[in-house]
Amino acid sequence: MSVPLHAGTDHCAGPERGEITPALERQAEELVARYPVSKRSAVLPLLHLWQETFGYIGPRGVEWIAQKLSLQEIQVLELVTFYPWFRQRPYGKFHFRVCRTLPCALGGSGKTFAALKNLLQLKGDAQEGALVSEDGFFSLEYSECLASCGTAPVVLCNDDFHEKVDEKRAAELVSACR
Amino acid sequence: MAIREHRLVFKHIDALGYTRDIDCYLKHGGYEMLKKGFAMGGAAIREEVKKSQLRGRGGAGFPTGTKWSFIDPAKVTKPIYLICNADESEPGTFKDRQIIYKDPHQLIEGMILSCFANGVKLAYLYIRCEFTEGWKILEKALGEARSHGFLGKNILKSGYDLEIHVHRGAGAYICGEETGLIESLEGKRAYPRIKPPYFPAVLGLYMCPTIVNNVETLCNVKHIVEMGGEAYAKIGRPNNTGTRLLCVSGDVVKPGYYEFPCGALTMGELIHDVCGGIRNGGKLKAVIPGGSSAKVLRAGETYKIKEKGPDGNLVEKEVKLEDLRMDFDTLASAGSMAGSGGVIVMDQTRDMVECLANISTFYAHESCGQCTPCREGVLWMKKILARIAEGHGREDDPNMLKEVADRIAGRTICAFGEAASWPVQSFIGKFKEEFSLRIRRNGTAAKRDTVSLTH
Repeated sequence: MSVPLHAGTDHCAGPERGEITPALERQAEELVARYPVSKRSAVLPLLHLWQETFGYIGPRGVEWIAQKLSLQEIQVLELVTFYPWFRQRPYGKFHFRVCRTLPCALGGSGKTFAALKNLLQLKGDAQEGALVSEDGFFSLEYSECLASCGTAPVVLCNDDFHEKVDEKRAAELVSACR
Repeated sequence: MAIREHRLVFKHIDALGYTRDIDCYLKHGGYEMLKKGFAMGGAAIREEVKKSQLRGRGGAGFPTGTKWSFIDPAKVTKPIYLICNADESEPGTFKDRQIIYKDPHQLIEGMILSCFANGVKLAYLYIRCEFTEGWKILEKALGEARSHGFLGKNILKSGYDLEIHVHRGAGAYICGEETGLIESLEGKRAYPRIKPPYFPAVLGLYMCPTIVNNVETLCNVKHIVEMGGEAYAKIGRPNNTGTRLLCVSGDVVKPGYYEFPCGALTMGELIHDVCGGIRNGGKLKAVIPGGSSAKVLRAGETYKIKEKGPDGNLVEKEVKLEDLRMDFDTLASAGSMAGSGGVIVMDQTRDMVECLANISTFYAHESCGQCTPCREGVLWMKKILARIAEGHGREDDPNMLKEVADRIAGRTICAFGEAASWPVQSFIGKFKEEFSLRIRRNGTAAKRDTVSLTH
């Protein structure tokens, strides 16, 4: 476990900042207790906990979780790379996810995305993954179906869900963050 | 046209003054069915569910009573698990979200009843993590149920113990496939398991017998306990019983979620009467009737449907798209499926090349990568479609797409291969001239303003 882990991307500079508090340890224990048959089941909950606490999952998170659950680090890392929700580098303080799947696309989510990209002055190709502003304040990515197709286009800003986000509404959202 | 909704599962959804806390639920007769169910006994509940002919609401439409009957709690020596599949992620579907966000206790009551009926002591509620508020709502609701004695040890002094935990997914569509979901719940990549031997009823979670049911299905169990299986089976049509939650999105005036007796209305009534018709006074061009995996239906098409006549014999009828009944059997005989109840409507301005390119991008993103035909083939289809849409199509591309799709379906561990192939097969089959035209005009006519497709 002492060998430094290279998570595989340049962006994953690690180690994630911040202290592992007793409260965090307690939360982790509570989550593990939900899986009396196999504590390996607690990997996803612990990855969520880590990402919500430290912003992303770098080598330090992978090692911490692997130790907690008596797993090989690869058994944790392979989930980070498989599940799109997890990230190995910091995103913005405000992270936007715009749904791009058909019903939202029919509702104009492409325009919403372009408006946000423009408003947040983000550069780069969204196909390469999330776009992060230079000051680290904003980030933006496409997401697949968010299951609210009747109120397209929809956007998640961090944990807040927004419906019928046209270009005008997108501008309002951005100013609410600033 | 007066087509009234029949709200059973959605009875309290959006009702004035109805809140999601347990006090409100109890005031509306909540958890009364738990008492009734406990008095009936597990075998009796299973029998009622069988009589109700309830079919799974997640997409495949498999009879719930039959699924349950694969496990006999009296004979099984291993623990039995139940998992609620709340990973709602089939594009076009947003019914489970309404239940989770607005009436979580209905789901929990249905789930407790189903667990009791099948001798389950530990159950998980697998919710997609994009429901960022939904999992907190469920955690709170489970806490309330626990403090009222509906969960935990010796529930309602019946001697029955049950614990339910929320488990959050992490953004992968494949977790909606039941064996992928089980792998994910075991803390692994959500690679679906091969059947045989890994039928969940035999070798499910932790290699124990496991029942995986959709949110809407579990809610229906509560109503079956309430009204009895026979009365429930009278709603809807034979073999298509109960109500169905329909989610309509795309180019209609009033998109939204509705509940009707299964097969009580036709596609035309749903689009034109319930949803107010095509928006901006447009005309219907195509509709996907059961989530984006379902084969597309084209306006103007007719279908040969076999239906039981009054004398009980099968009669073949020719039916127009607008006259198709919204139930499992009719949509299946029209060559598509009722699937998850997600109806996506496209008007005459929509470019079918772009729509399909968008759908294929979704499947290319979501293929788990386990089986080669799907991992390679679905990505390949996405690339071909992107190049046609961008004005670099080749003459043979439509044939090539069809050939690739034909070689994925049936050659993969799970049904994702079919789910990704069906849209390609049906769009190419039904709108071939649009693909050919786009390729002939290469470059000059390429536009990408209506549907963002390549991202």
